Amino acid sequence: MALKRIMPALLFDGRALVKTVRFKDPRYIGDPINAIKIYNEKEVDELVMLDIRATPERRPPNFDMIRECASECFMPFSYGGGVRTVDDFGRLYKLGVEKVIVNTLCLTAPEIVREATRQYGGTSVVASVDYKKRLLGGFQVHSTAGAKTKRGLVDHCRFLAEELGVGELLLYSVERDGTWSGYDLPTITEIGRAVSVPLIACGGAGSITDIRAVLEQTPANAAAIGSMAVYQKKGMGVLINFPRRDLILDEAVGEPA
Amino acid sequence: MIAIVDYDMGNVASVANMLKRVGVSDAILTREPEAIRRADKIILPGVGAFERGMRNLRDFGLIGVLNECALGRKVPVLGICLGMQLLASASDEGEGAGLGWIDAQAKRFEFASESPLKVPHMGWNYAIPTRANPLIPAAPRSRFYFVHAYHVACAHEEDVLATSEYGGAFACAVNRDNVYGVQFHPEKSHRFGRTLFEGFVSL
Repeated sequence: MALKRIMPALLFDGRALVKTVRFKDPRYIGDPINAIKIYNEKEVDELVMLDIRATPERRPPNFDMIRECASECFMPFSYGGGVRTVDDFGRLYKLGVEKVIVNTLCLTAPEIVREATRQYGGTSVVASVDYKKRLLGGFQVHSTAGAKTKRGLVDHCRFLAEELGVGELLLYSVERDGTWSGYDLPTITEIGRAVSVPLIACGGAGSITDIRAVLEQTPANAAAIGSMAVYQKKGMGVLINFPRRDLILDEAVGEPA
Repeated sequence: MIAIVDYDMGNVASVANMLKRVGVSDAILTREPEAIRRADKIILPGVGAFERGMRNLRDFGLIGVLNECALGRKVPVLGICLGMQLLASASDEGEGAGLGWIDAQAKRFEFASESPLKVPHMGWNYAIPTRANPLIPAAPRSRFYFVHAYHVACAHEEDVLATSEYGGAFACAVNRDNVYGVQFHPEKSHRFGRTLFEGFVSL
């Protein structure tokens, strides 16, 4: 059985790494290559990088930067942001990206995502789902780029896994982003019951306890960490860091460290 | 000099970087038969389909020189991922023979539809060595990053260098004489991968 994973989720704005709170107020963090070198030392299981401005600015992925990042990564590298064509997928894999992450594209041109999973295999494609509370209760799919879907959150997740064939879902809670308030355990559990693909939980990690909770108490196969991986502590300065894997994964999650 | 064979089967820059990281300054990415002939170690990486991998080796005119080095002059060779599967005699994934340096067949993982195990096997997993060897120590336990739908089934048990568990034990590393193959990606596996490359470099 593949082991559970803990990974930094880095946000890129086209020039530098940034960190948001509830998807707003991006704060400057630093240079991606420097950060990657530190995460190599910390032996993170995987690295997620999302260019959060590419699609809203109608900009293609920054291929040069991605090539540089991929070749510095001594761990699997997943990239998302600005992917629009099947060729974009192919080009990213060639640069050394292990998994391409798509979000808006699943809403605006699902046939391209389906074609990419057919050509490159579902395990090379991750769908990122940003979601937030609906005014009248429940959750809805959120798109920074303004794309819309009529499907509810769970139905959308099912659609991505079953109709588009993506191999993994990155579930990102908008309300918890940057808040250090813990993962959204109920929603992750609900989606885990509805789909059979692996889930990466994202949004809210504030402590080792939070990370253990999501890996122990929900079907999530992986925990992504934003603020905790780039700040010293809540409200404090930038510090690229990462919790020790062996302090989190042990018998408690069915995995001797 | 270490030759990393670049035969258009995926990105190989991270293999070169990992070698740099373990202090190798003379590794080259190449598809020139002459360069491969001069190498004192050869790495055959690769991601993708078996048949296309063999076709590319043939189209670049590399099969003769690879046979000469690996079988004739016993140059240490390390196959990675698809590179390991190409060491086998054949694969269920496609027509035609592999390099045949290891008597083995690449087979697809098959699980019942209700099984929680997915194909491909993707993610981190432990590699348990079958014997003392310079690439994968028994302790501390090594974990590596895998992405593969096919695994190599060896005809001779003594060719299995290490196993991993995925719906049963499978050979995640093979070795016969100077020929080594690993199913996982040591170049994406941190210090466990570094240790493996250090071991290979020191052969």
